Amino acid sequence: MKKYWKFAALIAIVIGALVWLASAGVNETKTYYKTIAEVGQMGDRAYQERLRVAGDVESGSIQHAQGRVEFTLVQDKLRLKVAYAGSEPLPDTFRDGAQALADGKMGRDGVFQASKIQAKCASKYEAKPGQLRKAPAPINKTT
Amino acid sequence: MENVGSLAVLLAFCVAIYAVLASVVGRLNRKPFLIISGERAVYSVWVLMTLASGILVYGLITGDFRYSYVAQHSNRSMPLLYKFAAWWGGQEGSLLFWSWLLSTYSAVVVFTNRRKHRDMMPYVVGVLMVVQTFFLILNNFVVSPFQMLAVDKLITAVPDGNGLNPLLQYPAMAIHPPMLYLGYVGFAVPFAFAIASLITKQPGDAWIHTTRRWTLITWLFQSCGIMLGAAWAYHVLGWGGYWGWDPVENASLLPWLSGTAFLHSVMMQEKKGMMKVWNIVLVSATFFLCIFGTSLTRTGLVSSVHAFAQGPLGKYFVSFLAIGIAATTYLILDRLHYLRSEAELESVISRESSFLFNNLILLASCFAVLWGTLFPVISEAVSGEKISLDAVWFNKLMIPIGLFLLLLTGVGPLFAWRRTSAESLRRNFQIPGIAAVGLVAGLLVAGVRSFYALISFGFCLFVALTVLMEFYRGARAIGVKNQMNLLRATVELTHRNTRRYGGYLVHMGIVLMFIGFTGAAFNKSDVKEMNVGDTLDLGHYQLKVVDLKEGDNGNYQWHRATVQVARGGDVLGTLEPEKRFYKASRQGTSEVGVRPRLNEDLYLNFGGMSDDGVRAVIQAYIFPLVSWIWIGGLVLIGGTLVCLVPSKIKMQYARTEVVGITTKYAEVPK
Repeated sequence: MKKYWKFAALIAIVIGALVWLASAGVNETKTYYKTIAEVGQMGDRAYQERLRVAGDVESGSIQHAQGRVEFTLVQDKLRLKVAYAGSEPLPDTFRDGAQALADGKMGRDGVFQASKIQAKCASKYEAKPGQLRKAPAPINKTT
Repeated sequence: MENVGSLAVLLAFCVAIYAVLASVVGRLNRKPFLIISGERAVYSVWVLMTLASGILVYGLITGDFRYSYVAQHSNRSMPLLYKFAAWWGGQEGSLLFWSWLLSTYSAVVVFTNRRKHRDMMPYVVGVLMVVQTFFLILNNFVVSPFQMLAVDKLITAVPDGNGLNPLLQYPAMAIHPPMLYLGYVGFAVPFAFAIASLITKQPGDAWIHTTRRWTLITWLFQSCGIMLGAAWAYHVLGWGGYWGWDPVENASLLPWLSGTAFLHSVMMQEKKGMMKVWNIVLVSATFFLCIFGTSLTRTGLVSSVHAFAQGPLGKYFVSFLAIGIAATTYLILDRLHYLRSEAELESVISRESSFLFNNLILLASCFAVLWGTLFPVISEAVSGEKISLDAVWFNKLMIPIGLFLLLLTGVGPLFAWRRTSAESLRRNFQIPGIAAVGLVAGLLVAGVRSFYALISFGFCLFVALTVLMEFYRGARAIGVKNQMNLLRATVELTHRNTRRYGGYLVHMGIVLMFIGFTGAAFNKSDVKEMNVGDTLDLGHYQLKVVDLKEGDNGNYQWHRATVQVARGGDVLGTLEPEKRFYKASRQGTSEVGVRPRLNEDLYLNFGGMSDDGVRAVIQAYIFPLVSWIWIGGLVLIGGTLVCLVPSKIKMQYARTEVVGITTKYAEVPK
């Protein structure tokens, strides 16, 4: 039986080390997905945790100013000012009306300080309306 | 046409169900005509699926914009290749493609086994066709590719389509999905054989021998798919990375990890008759991870930059996975006593033990990746808050795991079966060990301080030397005996036992890839807004913008910078990073300028125009050693191909068959 204890001990060490690494890492890197409304309800915690907020980029709100970009995210009529000063340029898909994800921390001044922006063009996967006077819609032809 | 297409998919659905019923009922009631009819149904499914796919592809190529799918994923100005690639560019089409691949594989399996495994085959057909039925449900009733566009119930065409997602309009990306899908779908076959062998209570390893090649080929496709994906990310996304631990990337990695574990642990079963239950568990896990991977890509379960599709598919996939996993678990538990191990572990320092740890680590990494990927879902279920883990977390965990695996790659194959003597340890590891320590010391002196980079380079040299010594020793022995030169002897050696030496080559590929990964510890980058004539220094390169141009070619508008690269006053050439804006989809992409060299890549990205619209934002990166990832990938592919060549000498494995269990439990039906 002794050799099985050896195996068990080795396996336990390996798994233990991994669990330790994993759980230590979680606290350092976790990011909360929040809607704009939820950020408002978080109270003080909003200023401490890393957040990821999604919304649509308000048309005309994108402003570039020395090395930083400011814009407003909108979701269900709630608005959130975001400032981005990261070194990576904004993604190609980032523009008025796009769906954007901002990663970063909430500033005490109410401006969200983003360290990373992801964006997805809202109309990308839908047939564009307005190509015909009345937009054709898919109908089910399977039956 | 579209009606014929829908009808073909619908018929395929009925025929697939018939194939399941005919095969299983035929097998249970010993009715050969039903079994044969079930196998013919498989061919029919293939014919029907090919017809349906052909109609869709025809629509894409001819630009029949009455199809909703064509209007969304094709347009008039796209090159032919991408019109064809649009088949798998969108949700409906890619699921049709999945179905078509599965039907193709099934037909091949039925054909190649038409005279073999008669007792098992009906169940193999059954399992494959159950999976086929599931995908046909999706093709027929959830995401039909043959939906038409209509205004007031009158079928109408739009003048032009949206075009394929421009990010996908890149040669590597056009073939990346089919490669990955070939890999995903392929694991259905070993899984079907494993289940069939469980149902028929086969005591032996027939399913493993039969599916060995399948598994390897499938694994090869998956590896190619992952590599292509990484290469695509590197060359197209413009951020210079090749791997970002994005959910969709993880989805492709998960079955690869468990599949790799499976490829190793089957050796234990073939040679020692151990780990039988484990192998069935692994192959099932791999198959379900493939399905899970497809669903992750297709349903947007976890939000991702790649989430190319979101739709009502989630619950179908979840139900299928739940039912499938429950049924498999039940079957394995019910048949446990047929799967007894024929040998025991003897020593911690043995080949068996190294396989065990290889499996443990691969599975642990698989689980870690799965956990990290699903963390938003898990945390939301547990605490009500959606929490995501980013690349930092994955790197923290996966770098040590990867390094440990790398070490095992070197030591595992050289441990002897059962137990390893101190003498053999010394003989095999003394030189590589000393060399590795020497390298690390040298790098420390040279000023390298990154802990992981030091360890990684040390391990890489260690493993590479152990592999090379294996080749050298074997080849020298053959060379001396047969008066061959060393090169010929190496080829001869490899040919004699392709699996072993092909495997070493794969390991060598992994080592080269790790060298490339480690280079990331020394990346440099800079960003600058530049006009014609402006310069930027990065590392030992001097960059100078010599031209800025813009234009339009119908499919997209473009901005291009011509950047002159010099080092120490010598002009090395020019790079032309480009930014494109695709008109139909109103989306931009980057065409990076890369100067690839073995020691480092100089990588320029056209970030965009500055706010005043005059200067170009140029991002410059130096990526040391990154080319070795692609070279390693090619070596890995080559090694796998070597494994697929039959060995010149058939290996006879000294192995005791456990006759007692065979005669006691196996009921071979007459």
